[in-house]
Amino acid sequence: MDLGSTELTSTAHTLLPPLLKLENISLAFKGVKAITDISFEVQAKRITALIGPNGAGKSSLLNVINGVYQPQAGTITFKQIPHKQMTPRYAAQQGIARTFQNIALFKGMSVLDNLLTGRTLKRHSTWLEQAFRVGRAPREDRSNREYVEQLIDFLDLTAWRKTLVGTLPYGIQKRVELGRALAAEPTLLLLDEPMAGMNAQEKQEMSEFIRAINREFGTTIVLIEHDLSVVMSLSNHLVVLDYGKKIGDGSPEEVRHNPEVIAAYLGTRH
Amino acid sequence: MLFTEAGQLATSYKAEQKLFRLRQDYVAFGILLFLAFVALPYWGSDYWFNAILIPFLVLSLAGLGLNLLTGYAGQLSLGSAAFMAVGAFATYNLELRIPDLPLLFSILGGGLFAAASSVIFGLPSARIKGFYLIVSTLAAQFFIQWLFTKFSWFSNGSTSGVITAPPLVMAGYDFSTPVGRYLLTLSIVASLFLIARNLVRSELGRHWMAVRDRDTAAAVMGIPILKTKLLAFGMSGFILGIAGALWAFTYLGTVEPHGFDLTRSFQILFIIIIGGMGSLLGNFLGAAFIVLLPILLSQLIGLLPANHWVDIGQLENAQKIIFGGLIIFFLIKEPDGLARLWQRCRERARIWPLRY
Amino acid sequence: MNFFFEVLVGGLLAGVMYSLVAIGFVLIYKASGVFNFAQGAMVLFAALTFVSLLERGVPFWLCFLMTLAVMIVLALGIERWVLAPLANRSPITLFMATLGLSYVIEGLAQLLWGAQVHGLELGIKDEPFIIGGIFLSQFDLFAAGIALSLVIILSIFFNKTQIGLSLRAVADDTLAALAVGIRLPKVWVIVWSVAGFVGLVAGLLWGARVGVQFSLSLIVLKALPVLIIGGFTSIEGAIVGGLIVGASEKLAEVYLGSVIGGGIENWFPYVLALGFLLIRPAGLFGEQAIERV
Repeated sequence: MDLGSTELTSTAHTLLPPLLKLENISLAFKGVKAITDISFEVQAKRITALIGPNGAGKSSLLNVINGVYQPQAGTITFKQIPHKQMTPRYAAQQGIARTFQNIALFKGMSVLDNLLTGRTLKRHSTWLEQAFRVGRAPREDRSNREYVEQLIDFLDLTAWRKTLVGTLPYGIQKRVELGRALAAEPTLLLLDEPMAGMNAQEKQEMSEFIRAINREFGTTIVLIEHDLSVVMSLSNHLVVLDYGKKIGDGSPEEVRHNPEVIAAYLGTRH
Repeated sequence: MLFTEAGQLATSYKAEQKLFRLRQDYVAFGILLFLAFVALPYWGSDYWFNAILIPFLVLSLAGLGLNLLTGYAGQLSLGSAAFMAVGAFATYNLELRIPDLPLLFSILGGGLFAAASSVIFGLPSARIKGFYLIVSTLAAQFFIQWLFTKFSWFSNGSTSGVITAPPLVMAGYDFSTPVGRYLLTLSIVASLFLIARNLVRSELGRHWMAVRDRDTAAAVMGIPILKTKLLAFGMSGFILGIAGALWAFTYLGTVEPHGFDLTRSFQILFIIIIGGMGSLLGNFLGAAFIVLLPILLSQLIGLLPANHWVDIGQLENAQKIIFGGLIIFFLIKEPDGLARLWQRCRERARIWPLRY
Repeated sequence: MNFFFEVLVGGLLAGVMYSLVAIGFVLIYKASGVFNFAQGAMVLFAALTFVSLLERGVPFWLCFLMTLAVMIVLALGIERWVLAPLANRSPITLFMATLGLSYVIEGLAQLLWGAQVHGLELGIKDEPFIIGGIFLSQFDLFAAGIALSLVIILSIFFNKTQIGLSLRAVADDTLAALAVGIRLPKVWVIVWSVAGFVGLVAGLLWGARVGVQFSLSLIVLKALPVLIIGGFTSIEGAIVGGLIVGASEKLAEVYLGSVIGGGIENWFPYVLALGFLLIRPAGLFGEQAIERV
């Protein structure tokens, strides 16, 4: 991806309202502040990265966006609808899907079943229709299965379709989790350290998948990643956090030259 | 070749959804049905029906009820026997108070009452997780047992709460002989297992397992957690209720609330631990084990020459030690139970004569 | 009003006995994360062993020491054959293992010592006496005294000794404790032995009260709601929970039981515990964990 075209699209997109807008979000656990007064915007169809040292509040922020945590203050505006708080189910219904830092797959289920579970909200048949395989259920079974099989091809998981995910290697599990989130056909995909614990080649592969998802499905992506070289090449927009506060926000180039960010990363006192 | 499956490929997604995938499975299932419905009734003795087959079938069904809740949906329960009691007493009262209601409907009604009470005691699962939940199920166990003992209305005025089987007549056919009771039980158990097989492979089954494996992730995908849990409680209660009605009326003939005490709940939990949690076949294997082990033990003790010191009480204690020991053994060595053992044998057979 | 206080105090004192069983639970839960359903069976086993030795003419203090030794052997066996092979398994698996364990211990106790009821005389007269117009049971007061001293001994043991320190370290952070060289199996054996000791004391008091018999193992079912109310990790919680359960169960039996029919003390504590749980899901003294994802 060359820098020139990124600049172009970035100006084109800022004219549109952002897909997600966080305003003055604060979150505390029993008085301990995890996030303090954070605001930023996520443009549609872009890749935004949250970076910052451990404990900076990145994961907490993702949890706020999809309703796992409820912030004490601030507004989350998604698709121009403002919310004080989200709930996980409502966020999913609005088209937000995510993966987790420590893989949270359904270990006792096959790859196929894990991905099928991701399509839960695409179903309208009741459990009784499903139990007796009548009404809308068989048609849904077939269409969901077809969609999931395409995803399995896309993510190169064909060899493990019927394997229990608990027995798969780490890197593959990460990919299955990505697939499960993608199965929901999300508008916004939140990835919490999708490349943690991977070697260089696996990171390369995962980056390609993320780029391809963004390109082919038009999915907006917010990701957390520690490897700065990966982040810089992958994302269009960076948000830098430290101690629960935002210290940088902008294109990779801008963030790279932000003195506060450099200080945080090199450990200078501020 | 008995186990050759070459060439039997599923060519459509629909083909994969069938009851079984392999031709051999259909043949085996057919033979099993023939044995159960035709051969056994023809050759079996009354002892076999009364002491082995009927309790085996009913306990398998009870195991299924608990397995849906604990093995599939991951909600630990120590109150299974209470919901069996609700099923038995509700069926009895439906027969008693609505004279023209066909027996099958009374049994289904008993299941529905049990389902409702199970959902009520499942409501706290909205807030309580893990084994804190056993408080709710133990509350059900003690409260329901007390209810049926205390209020003789439920047992039509019997002071000790004893209820007796209604006439087992269905569509003009009398099912009260041992063979008849066996066939009645078998038909109900077999149909419920078929429904359960569909259910656990459906979207709801996946929701149950998702909640069991990672409830936070399940919520994030939009799975309604409470509804999923309550459906598990409801289905579990429904099946346990029917198992209770069968236990009371096709197996024992007469039962008191005490017959559905905590020990019974433990017995059902042991069935699914030994048989295999999250496995339908496991319920049969576990129930067979629980029914056959005591018989086997007493036979063995009978063979001992110096059995003057072995009284019945001691036999019971020995049984307890063996059961308890086996539970620990299974949890350590084979947490997925006999069902996993069976699966391994099957996989061996599929690739035989190769080793792997 | 006097009657009310009599019921209340009687209930509180009975609650102390529940606390005694619950303390054994808390010890084991803190050190090994195991929810030990076999605590009741241990009470039965200890009491039966003690009383059977006593009936064979062994002096009281020797019976006590011998039973203690037996409980330590039992703890060793449990560590070796149950806990060690099940290390790192889910809490629910461990709970079910202790369910199996309770069957083994109950069966063993009765296989060894028989199933008949044994009387047990601790030499305390159970004559009621009156303080401020309220009838009190001397025996209950004695039991409360024992429980109090047990709590004091345990807190000294936990707070002042080296072993106590390692126990608390394990309870606080098992991995960190391992990293500084604390040997987990040893800690487990000690804590299960201490729980056996607490079980012995509880068994003697309960045995003197209701006779040493199988139903002793069922007091585990009373201790459960106590723990739920007090939280699994707090000895103070176990005491307070016991008092709450004891008092409310007696009051409910007297005042509520007369309305809806007696015999409600089996389920009432559970409904009470359920009520507490719905308000505070981690118990009165338990810490609510923040879910990390």
